[in-house]
Order: sequence, then C-alpha cells, then structure tokens
Amino acid sequence: MNAHAQPHAMATAMDDGIAMGDTLMEVKNVSLRFGGVKAITDISFDVKKGEIRAIIGPNGAGKTSMLNVINGFYTPQEGTIVFRGEERRAMRPHHAVRQGIARTFQNVALFKGMTTLENIMAGRSVMMHRNILWQMLWRGPALDEEIAHREKVEEIIDFLEIEHIRRTPVGRLPYGLQKRVELGRALAMEPSLLLLDEPMAGMNLEEKEDMSRFILDVNQQRGTTIALIEHDMGVVMDLSDRVVVLDYGKKIADGTPDEVKTDQSVIDAYLGVAH
Amino acid sequence: MAQAQTVLDTFPKYLALNARRFADRPAVRHKDYGIWQSWSWAEQFEEIRAFALGLRELGLTRGDKVAVIGANRPRLYWTFAAVQSLGGIPVPVYADAVAEEMAYVLDHAGVRFAVVQDQEQVDKVRSYGEKMPSLERVIYDEPRGMRDYDHTGLHNFVDVQQAGRAALEGDPSLAARWEDEIAAGSGEDVSIILYTSGTTGRSKGVMIRARAAVNAALDTVAFDNITEHDSVLAYLPLAWVGDHYLNYAQGYVSGFCMNCPESQETVAHDLREIGPSFYFAPPRVFEGLLTMVTIRMEDASGLKRRMFEYYIDLARRHGEAILEKRPVPFFARLNYAIGELLVYGPLKNVLGLSRIRVAYTAGEAIGADLFAFFRSLGINLKQLYGQTEAFLYVTVQKDGEVRADTVGPPAPNVDIRIDETGEVQFRSPGMFCGYYKEDEKTAEAMTPDGYVKTGDAGFFDTDGQLKIIDRAKDVGKLASGALFAPKYIENKLKFFPNIKEVVAFGDGRDYCAVFLNIDLQAVGNWAERHNISYGSYQELAQHPEVRKLIAADVDETNRRLAAEPMMAASQVRRFLILHKELDADDGELTRTQKVRRSFIAERYGELIEALYDGSGEKYVSTEVTYEDGRKGQISATVKIVDAHTFGTGAAEPVREAAE
Repeated sequence: MNAHAQPHAMATAMDDGIAMGDTLMEVKNVSLRFGGVKAITDISFDVKKGEIRAIIGPNGAGKTSMLNVINGFYTPQEGTIVFRGEERRAMRPHHAVRQGIARTFQNVALFKGMTTLENIMAGRSVMMHRNILWQMLWRGPALDEEIAHREKVEEIIDFLEIEHIRRTPVGRLPYGLQKRVELGRALAMEPSLLLLDEPMAGMNLEEKEDMSRFILDVNQQRGTTIALIEHDMGVVMDLSDRVVVLDYGKKIADGTPDEVKTDQSVIDAYLGVAH
Repeated sequence: MAQAQTVLDTFPKYLALNARRFADRPAVRHKDYGIWQSWSWAEQFEEIRAFALGLRELGLTRGDKVAVIGANRPRLYWTFAAVQSLGGIPVPVYADAVAEEMAYVLDHAGVRFAVVQDQEQVDKVRSYGEKMPSLERVIYDEPRGMRDYDHTGLHNFVDVQQAGRAALEGDPSLAARWEDEIAAGSGEDVSIILYTSGTTGRSKGVMIRARAAVNAALDTVAFDNITEHDSVLAYLPLAWVGDHYLNYAQGYVSGFCMNCPESQETVAHDLREIGPSFYFAPPRVFEGLLTMVTIRMEDASGLKRRMFEYYIDLARRHGEAILEKRPVPFFARLNYAIGELLVYGPLKNVLGLSRIRVAYTAGEAIGADLFAFFRSLGINLKQLYGQTEAFLYVTVQKDGEVRADTVGPPAPNVDIRIDETGEVQFRSPGMFCGYYKEDEKTAEAMTPDGYVKTGDAGFFDTDGQLKIIDRAKDVGKLASGALFAPKYIENKLKFFPNIKEVVAFGDGRDYCAVFLNIDLQAVGNWAERHNISYGSYQELAQHPEVRKLIAADVDETNRRLAAEPMMAASQVRRFLILHKELDADDGELTRTQKVRRSFIAERYGELIEALYDGSGEKYVSTEVTYEDGRKGQISATVKIVDAHTFGTGAAEPVREAAE
C-alpha cells in the first residue's frame, strides 16, 4: 500500500551480457561511397560499454554518415560493424532499434502535432506486442501493456524534467525543449547504445548546460553507452571519455580528450594549415 | 468544534492526535510520475516517525538546528515535524538563494544537519562547507546525479528512513519512546526559526515558540472555519512565513490536506486538478491570471468574446453584492446565474478556483480593479496584513467586509496601535520571541512595553480597517516640501498590465522620476499583434513603440495623481525603461520579489542622475549574475522620456496603497 513512497526503480539499459568497460561495438575498416564521392574511408574504432564516445571533425568530415552507418541507415561498401558480439554489414534501421540502438537527429525529427507524452510513448511502440484488435478494446491486455509503458514514460518525463510540457504539442515548444523531448523518445527505447547527432546544435548556453547534465545523467544513472557527434569543442571535451576525430572521411586521431586536444593533425584540421 | 476541546501546544502533538482522529483522511498529496500520490494522516505519521528515528540514529538531539532547503515536497514538510518531534529546530532556507546567502544563514543558525531537495542544493551547501563548521550531515530527497559523490556525511532521505525503520524493528519500544519524546516537548520550545527575506540588509532569524505558533494557527483556523475537509495547494517558498503558517501550521491544527505540485512550472495545472478550498497568492499571481485571461480572450472567437465581455460587465455591477449577500435586483441575480453557467463557472474551473471558500492576498498593494474582478466572479478574495515577526497575521478582513484599499481590522486576539510617528505596532498571540543570536536587533524591533514595531506607516480608517501607506522610513518629501510616498506611486503604475516593476525616486529632489520594467508577457503579446519583432527583454524594452505605449500609461497615472491633492506634486516628470529585468540574483529584489530601493539607487546611480540632469539618453553597463553564480555584463543606451503632467484637478478622496 505504501508503494508510492518508493521512487520507481530507475530503468537501466537493456541487459546485454556485456560487462562495463568491455567492447560494446566495433567499427572495422568501414568505407562508404556515394557514387564517386568517398564519404568515409577505412575507419575503425570501438565503443566500450558505459562510456561516452564522441565523434568530432570539421564540417563534411563524415560524422553524420558514420552515425547513419552505425544505425543501419546506410550500408557501407566495405568493412563490418560488430555490435554486441554480432557481426553485420547490412541491416535496416528498425533492426538496429530491436538490437538496442536509438538515436536523435541533427534537425529535430518529432511528430510536431503530437504532445510530448505521445511522442515519447511512440518511442516505446517497438516494445508493444498487442495487435490492433486488442488495442481497440477498452480493457484487457492492451490496456495493461499501455499502463506499464506509461509508467516507464513517466519516469523519463520526470528524469528530463519536462512535466510541465507533458500535454503540450511539441510543435509549440522552444527548440531546446524539443531536443530534450527527442532525447526522451530515444531513451524510451531503453537502448544499450544511444547515438546523439549534435545534441547541442543551435542551443544557448543555458540550454547547453542543461543538455550536458542530462547526457551525463543518462550515462551515469541509466548506464547507457552514448556515442555523440558535436561541434561545440568545449562540450565534447568536458563530456566524453574518448574522442575519435574525422577529417575528409578519414580518422586522424583517437584517444582521450586531452590527447586529442594536443594532437597536431587535429589542430591543423580545425584551424586550417598553410599548403 | 473539535479543535476547541483538544488544545495542544506543539505541532508533533497535533501530528499524533491527527493520526488518531483523522487516521484515514488524506494528509498530503504529491504529484509524482504524473499521478497524485497521497498519504493519510496515519501513513504520514509512520513516515515522519521513520525519519525521526533515522535522524536520532544519526545523532540528532534536543536543540539541534536542521536546515530545510527545497521546493514544496512532502518529505521536506515531514522534516519539520520529525525534527520538532525530537526537540530540534527546523530552519527553512529559500531554495533559490545563491550559495553565499545560504552559507550565511546556515552558519548563523549553526545548523548541524541540512535536509535538501536535490543535487543542486547539495552542491550549494557543500561549496561553502568550510564556512559552516557546525554542519555535519546533509540529507537529500532526490538521489539523481549523486551516485559518484563522496557520501561521507551525505545521506539519502530514504536510507535515513530505512535506518529508522530498522531500529524500530530491532527495538519495538522505540515507538513508545518516540511518542514520549513528543509529549516531553513544551510550548515554550522554539518551534521554528524563519529567516526574513532581507528587504533591509542581512536576513534575521525570527524565532517562534511552539505555543505561540499553535495559538495563532488555532485563531485563524477558527476565524475562517477551516476544517479537515479543506484542501490547499502548497506552492509558495517553503522558507516564507506564509507557507509555513498557511500550509504547515494551519494544516496540523485543522487536519486539512496539503497538496504539493509536481514542479514549479506545473503549478497552474496542478491547481486546476486539485481545486483547493483555501488559497493564498500574492497580488502578482492574480495579476498574472488576469493577464492570461485577457490575452486568451483576445484570441477567442467574436461570439465568445462578446459573451465574455457582457457577463464580466454584469459581474462588475452585481457580482460583489451577490458574493456579500446584499440585495440585488431579481433579474440581475437571474442573469448572473446564467453567467455562472456560461462564463464564471468555466472560467473559475480553468483557473483552478472553482472550489475556493476563502482566498487571501497580501504582501503588496492590489489594484482595486483586479481585486474586484476576482470577487465579482464569486471568489471570496480577502486581504490580510502580516509579518514574519507576527507569525503572519496582524490584520485580516472578515467575510462581507472587504475593501481593496485596506487590510482589515486586527486579527483575532491581536492588539494594534499607531504611534505618534504614524508607525503601526502590534502585540499578537503568534508574535516572535526574538531574533536568533541578535538581542540588540530584537530590542530595536520592540517597544519597551512589548509591542512589535512593523516599520510600516499607516492609519485606521473610520470603519476600523487598517490602511498601510508605505514603509515608515521610505516616506519622504520633495524639495518643495510636498509628501512623497514612493510605494504609492509605484503601485499606481504597477496596476497597468504592461508595467511589471517600478522604482520611484523623489525624496529631496525637485520632482518624481521612475525606473520601469515592462511586463514581458503583456508587452510581448502586444508586440506580436503589432508586428514588432524582438530577440530579448532588452531589445523589446528599448523599442520606440514600447516607449510610447508605456508613456501613455505614465500619463494616465499622472492624470489620476493630479486628482489627489496630497499626491498631485508627485506626478512622474521623467521615466526610463531599464535595460534589464530587476532580479533577486543580482540583489535588486528580495527573495519575495520586493524592490530593494537603496541597493538600486546605488547600483544605478548614474541613471538616476540622468533622470534629473535633463539628458535624453545614457549609456550604462551593468553586471549581472547568472543562476550558477557566474557574472556577465550587459550594456545599453537607455533613453529617458519626459512625461505629461497635469494641473491639480477635481479633488478625489486619497486612497492609500496597502502593504
């Protein structure tokens, strides 16, 4: 009867049998071409479970392409990706979701006319198993399932501090909040790997600080492994455990933020160099 | 009444009583995870006992001070009772205070424990750890983000309760011993130390004895007939006397249900869901509600708008009379009933005020129109005048004898007098027993014969209601010798929806001049309608069209002032719209959003000079403090505007502003 006194146990990432610190995903010699344009050339790196891994690089370096390869949107011409011990080359995005990869987009991709709550609920649709016939009934297993999912969604709403916009159509929300809702939708999938494509793009300082805190909390509290692309160097260096740097589709550096910061080729790529 | 037979002298004693007499009635609700979670008095008793026993395990003893910092959450309210049950003294602190202010209070009060809401507050408290040698342990409600923290002296609220429950399991006699501890508590103990918001310098710790607190609460509960069937929404700052009095003190003696909102941003929505029967809000909240209604109606369809206007007009003519049960023509009464169905009822429902039996406002003057608007809808809105030193109530209006420009006759058992300088002084059942560790300041605040000096200037009207003009020390004179009451001018201007904050100058000067803050919501909406784009407060505030808009309000104020013989000399000659919003973080407002005049005068000295030296604009650069304590600069060229003034017109009775 006093269940309400205890906060719900925080939902953590899918149990995938991989210990913290072991390799969760490995990108092996991946190359991606669009016709004659080489977007990515022979890139290899790994993501360890429980870390925040940043992928950085100047404009057009191939960061988003890399993310799209990871979540199965693009199929690389060469190379493979090993995720949770499973090697694969081609797969569709919904397979990636089933495997436990969720992402957010550079340009917010929410259902503008739907409320925050509905958008986050949508993130759980892959986990709903009752078919439309059950869902047409007022009572029964579909309702129980919905309630169970709603509880998870409420935890996320509480976690991201967006209670006040629960019922607001997301199209009416300021940009920073939309980003947060999108993060919520990705979290609703309880991913073991979360891909964030420029989570701070276009945000003001306060929004960036908030978002950084949420990313860290997601990582620490929920144990979610995060791979993120970001332009804001200050944010990247503060947040991430390890950084991989791309330039013109090639990997030019890989290491801790401090190592990368002092790497001459990274400095050249960012500041330009006299040819 | 039940309470009359059971007069106790401490709140924990009431807790034990309520756990018996109202065992299954709801004591507190909290919206969490989208659902109203509720605890009955019996359950609340158990929660508080577990926490109290846990605190005992941690070494809390009689006389220890415990800081309570955070938003309105059940666990923080439980902390009050748990600490009091062990003979400790809770010290609530404003949650939005910056770390330095907080450190001052915690150190001054000598707190041993701090019970705080979340990581933010833990960080603030710990950042000044070395300045608070007495602070031993910090207990937090929300564990989020603190997994990697060094947990020496840092505890999760749930774990403390768990320790308490485990101790009880190991030794069941602890329950009886805890109740003995409660029974051992005396009405002479200090129940709480409430730090003032610091309108005038450093905050002072106001000590209230348990018996005084209980007696004051009993008086007002009887006055407004508050019972266990009432409910309130606890949304005001936890550290403010009003919240502690209205929600905690009145709640424990009457047994009503207190509801804690989900977050600060959801208050309006939670209010609508709960529909409290007793409600308190400072005038600016009512102002905000009216602004919101007005803006929404401007967007409504023509039919709805005309219906709204018609019935609001009807309410203006007859609503208050119906509320006060005065005779009203039959057709007006019938039409009002239709209006209730079509307009007033739905409107009150949207605002969450459908079930209000008693509502109060205080803290600042309220505009007569604004006050009448809510009363005409059938909401029993009244005024009170109070102080931390009185444990809130000094005066309070009776049902049916309500006016916008007065604050009512003395509250039950309160004795008020006006001294020869015009200052209001009182003796009351809830009055404080001194400022903590500041005997000389206590002596300054009292008269030799035991009255408390309020520092407010006022007088009794012919019908026995008190009128407050201004802070006694703020009333000054213009160079011409005419009376100058800055707050009076400021309030007049603030009644315009476009104007949010005003600071008036004029003492010892040739004329009155003011600083203004525009109301971003109202003016922003106006700008949208007039295709004026803006990126920030600063940009909107400096827009020429906005200046014209505000100038019209200032001119109108001058026209009204001209009609009042005593105030005609104080017409506003020149004004400027400040380039930043006045903010408590910058020290310009108190934590209760009152203007700190002397601080502003110092900070914006060059702008004040510009108001009086005839210049048309002035470049200023101002330091601002962000929420995390870092500093920044904003600069702007502020334009100074000359307002129209009027000759003294037809005399109209002077109406003073109420504090």
